Formats: sequence, C-alpha cells, structure tokens
Amino acid sequence: MTSLDTRSIVTTGGDATPRRKGRRFAPERRRSLLLTVLLWLCVLYFVLPLWWLFVSATKNNAALFSTFGLWFGGDFALWQNLHSLFTVRDGIFLQWMVNTLFYSVTAALGATLLATMAGYAFAKYDFPGKKVLFSATLGAVMIPLTALALPTYLLFSKAGLTDTPWAVIIPSLVSPFGVYLMRVYAADAIDDSLLEAARVDGAGEFRIFRQVGLRLLGPGLVTVFLFSLVATWNNYFLPLIMLNSSDLYPITVGLAQLQSAASAGGGSQALFSTVITGSFVSILPLVIAFLFLQRYWQSGLASGGVKG
Amino acid sequence: MTQSPALSGERADFPVLPRRRTSSAKRKQHRAAYLFLLPFFVVFVTMLVVPLVYAGYLSLFESKLIGGETFAGFANYARALTDPAFLGGLGRVGLFFVVQVPIMLGLALFFALALDSARARGSKAIRLFIYMPYAVPAVVATLMWGYLYGPDFGPIAQIARAVGFGTPDFLSPGSILGSMMNIVTWEFVGYNMIIMYAALRSIPAELYEAAEIDGAGQFRLAWSVKIPAIRPAIMLTVIFSIIGSFQLFAEPSLLNAIAPNAITNSFTPNYYGYNLAFINQELNYAAAIAFLLGIVIAVVSYVVQLSEERRERREMRLS
Repeated sequence: MTSLDTRSIVTTGGDATPRRKGRRFAPERRRSLLLTVLLWLCVLYFVLPLWWLFVSATKNNAALFSTFGLWFGGDFALWQNLHSLFTVRDGIFLQWMVNTLFYSVTAALGATLLATMAGYAFAKYDFPGKKVLFSATLGAVMIPLTALALPTYLLFSKAGLTDTPWAVIIPSLVSPFGVYLMRVYAADAIDDSLLEAARVDGAGEFRIFRQVGLRLLGPGLVTVFLFSLVATWNNYFLPLIMLNSSDLYPITVGLAQLQSAASAGGGSQALFSTVITGSFVSILPLVIAFLFLQRYWQSGLASGGVKG
Repeated sequence: MTQSPALSGERADFPVLPRRRTSSAKRKQHRAAYLFLLPFFVVFVTMLVVPLVYAGYLSLFESKLIGGETFAGFANYARALTDPAFLGGLGRVGLFFVVQVPIMLGLALFFALALDSARARGSKAIRLFIYMPYAVPAVVATLMWGYLYGPDFGPIAQIARAVGFGTPDFLSPGSILGSMMNIVTWEFVGYNMIIMYAALRSIPAELYEAAEIDGAGQFRLAWSVKIPAIRPAIMLTVIFSIIGSFQLFAEPSLLNAIAPNAITNSFTPNYYGYNLAFINQELNYAAAIAFLLGIVIAVVSYVVQLSEERRERREMRLS
C-alpha cells in the first residue's frame, strides 16, 4: 500500500467531479424540502437499529426487558457489560476479534495481490488464450461460493487443513470480481505509453509492474482490498464449517455461538446483554473504517460499474 | 457461462507492441503476462474448479451402510427433484428473489437518483448512513433484528403495544420470510445504492445536454437519460442479488434459534444442504443439492441477462 499517493487519487478517482461542473444548470441551487424530509425519514430506518444496539449495550439485563428499547434506561451498565464481555470464558471475545482481524487482513492482502497481478495482465498484455481465461474468470463471479463450501471442506479435511486458519484464508483468496475491477481500473489508469517508455529504458516487465503499475493503481488496490476485507470479515458459512476449536473462531461464528447459548439456557439470561454488547463492539472497527475510507469505495466502484 | 453484458470488461484490445518489435520481445511479454496470471489461476483452479468437479463427482455416488460408496448415477438428482424439502426451500428463495430484490434495488435506485440530483440537504451524511449497514455482518444484523422483532423487549413490539395494536408476531411461520426480507433489505440497500450512485456520477456531461435543451424535468431526466446510462451497473446489482438471495444461509440458521417453529431445517436450499451434510451425514446427497443450487443460480442469472440483452437490441431497433 506504500504506492498510494494523493496525486493518483485525484487524477483517476476524482475524474467525475470536473465533468459534473461542466453542466450548466446548477441543481445545487434548487433544494427540495420535500425530498430532504423524505430522505432523512428513510435514514431513520437504517440508523435506528444501530442506535438501538448502542442504547441496549448500555443496559443491564433487567433494564433490557423493562425499559423502552430506543432510549436509555436503568443503570448505565456499558462498562460492566464490556467488562463481562471481555472476561467471558477467559477473554475469548478478544481472541475472536483478533482472529477476525488476522483472517480478513491476510485474506484481503493476498486476494488483492493476486487480483491486481491478474487484472494488470488482462488489461495491459495481449497473449494467446486471453479471451478464454477472462471469460472463465467472469463466469466464476456467478458460481455460488457456498455451493463450493462443502466439497472444499471435504478436500481440506483430506489434506488435514480443517480447523486451521488456512481453511478460512485460502478459499478467501479467490476474488474473480476483484480481477474484473482491477482490469477495468488498470486499463484506465495506466497509460500504455508509460509502459513503452519504461521498456525502451530497458526495464523488465516485473519492474515495470512494481514501479509504474502499482503506483498508478492505488485507489483500485484500496477498493479491492476493502471488498475482500469486508467479505472475509462478514463471512459466516465458511468458518462455521471449517473450524471446530472455539479459540479459532472469527467473531461471526463466536457471536452466533454465544447467542445460541443465551437463548438455549433459560438460566443464563445474563448472556443477552453480553451478546448485544459483543455485537455492538464487533461492528465498530468496520463502521469506523467505512467512515474514513469512504471515497475509495466510490472511485473504485465508479470504474467497475460503469465501464461494463 | 458466456460473457454477460453486465460483467464483461471487454474493450477493444489494442496491441501494446509497436509493429517493429521482434517476436522474441513479444514472447517475453507473453511469458510475463502468464506469470502475472499464474498465482491467481493456481488458487482459482484449486479453490473453484477442483471443488466444483469434486462436488459433481460426489453427487453421482451414494453411501450405504453395507457396501460403502457405490455409483448411483443421477439417483441423487432424481431424489432432489422430487424432494419436497428441497423444492420447498427453492420455492422460498425464489419468492424471496421475486419480492425482495425488486424492493431492495428499487429503493437503492431511488436513493442513488435522489442523492445524484443534489436536491436534498446533507446528501453526504444521508449517503453514509444508508451505506452503513453494509459494514454490519449478516450474523450481527440477524441477531440484532431478532431482538428488534422480539415480543418481550423488542422496541417494535413495545411501540405497537403502547399505541394499542397488541404484540405483532414477526417470527411466526407466516411472517418469518417477510421478516427475513426486511433484514436483507436493511443490509444491502446501501451497498447497491453506492454501485448505482458511483455509476451516476460518471455519466458524461454530453448526455445531459440534449435533455437540458429540451428542458426536461428531473423525473424525465432520470427516466430517459440517467437510468439507461447506468444499466450495466444496475445489471451488476441484479446479478449479485440473484446470487445472494438463492444462497441465503446466515439469516435462516440464526433465526432458527429464536423461531424454531418457523424455520425448518430445509428453510433455504443452502441451509438444507448444510444440515444434510453436517447433521445427517448425507454428504453425497448434499453435494447434489449444492450442485443443483449452483445450476439454478447460473440458469436464472443467464436468463435475466439474456432478456436484458434482447431488450437492449429491441430498443436499439426501435430508436
């Protein structure tokens, strides 16, 4: 990610803005009150559940049942909840968070690297078999990954890889959509004349990729990285079938387990507030990452969605 | 699978080489290209092609208590096609697709167009808030909505009781599919909106000029310029939604804990396959189910794309 410089973001990511300004009627001046009110009412639908989650994370179990869900009530129990969350079963929650972070960052880095190299090759080289290979990649976008989970599990268990981190990471390395995005992005962002100039200077193909290609692909890299990160972070099915030991679980499988323990055990109702607090804590990293990395999603997606 | 209009990034392939270059330089470049592709295709083959072939292979066998694994031909498929549990699940996700996907994509398109028109105050914040649920894993979203739907401390039930409607039952067998549609809609409207919005932002200004001269209003502008221009992006969201809804798993498997009467072990084909493989130990049959589900998804995606292509051609002929 060191190749990420602001210049490339401006030139390739922000190219929609200047074109917009060329339009003569300025819609900015004509605000619609009706539309504003309507949209903000819709926002409530998307935000209120998360607000409820936050409010509920501050309540103890008794207050959960006795007070109104969308407002604070009872004692402010956020700190106790956090304390019991991070101490339940010897602090396994923190282990789950670390696992999720490790699986998703490793898988996303790997997937981004593979997708970038492949997308770059598809965009910038002409070689026999290009059409066939690219069609195969596109076709694979449509293969339902969960249909593959069962045979993958059986193959992994034959290789003795189930119940290891690799069982979650390796299948997540394939990102056909990432290859597609990178191809479209590289075709736009990298000028062929730059590559030619580097070749005339006697640079090898790999040096050109590293020093010219990667540098210009910055925003595209971040987009593919974030997509793979979210996909692995949110994955439930794959780790559920691959992993047995609870200290290898990612947060999704861990929370689901806590939840079923909470709803099964009538006596262990104190677990409800733990599950709710755990859910709240588990979404914070990605929500914060979304807030800060917003513009990358768009710049990368703009090229992916439009040029199809 | 042939090339889809939504996904093909095919553009004219300009040869990168000037004609003067010798063929040895060309070969060097071919080699470099293959080396760049190699790591991806190694993982591609081992993680996609091999499991797919293996699933197909497994599905042709059956394992018996006596005699072990024997070749069964298409017996598993014949069984699946007459299995009310599988067909019921397939019908449910089919219904889910037909009802939920248009609602979700319609909302996403409406929000994208509304934000693109820049007529609302706080567009940036609105966009971010609508997008935020995508950062929430399906597991957490389902847990959360499970509580929200809950008859005891769910706020929806609290409000309904306060205004005298009694306690609504979101988790009964009759309403659970709708409740699930709502969860998925909540999660993915923002994601689809961003794809459409990004496409809208990169419509070239020239496209607007004609409409501008006509003095077209916002609605006509949206209908006759914007929506046609972002059709590939919309197709992309449709394809992703087909895949997503036909392989629903996290939602039914988690709602099962709080609504065991409403969610059977075959509620969706994917959940059924999981239960067959890991609870009933019927691996071969589960492989056939997984394979059939894949075929159904591929066929539905293909038909949707084909009809879109036809439509485009027809419109081109008309204009």
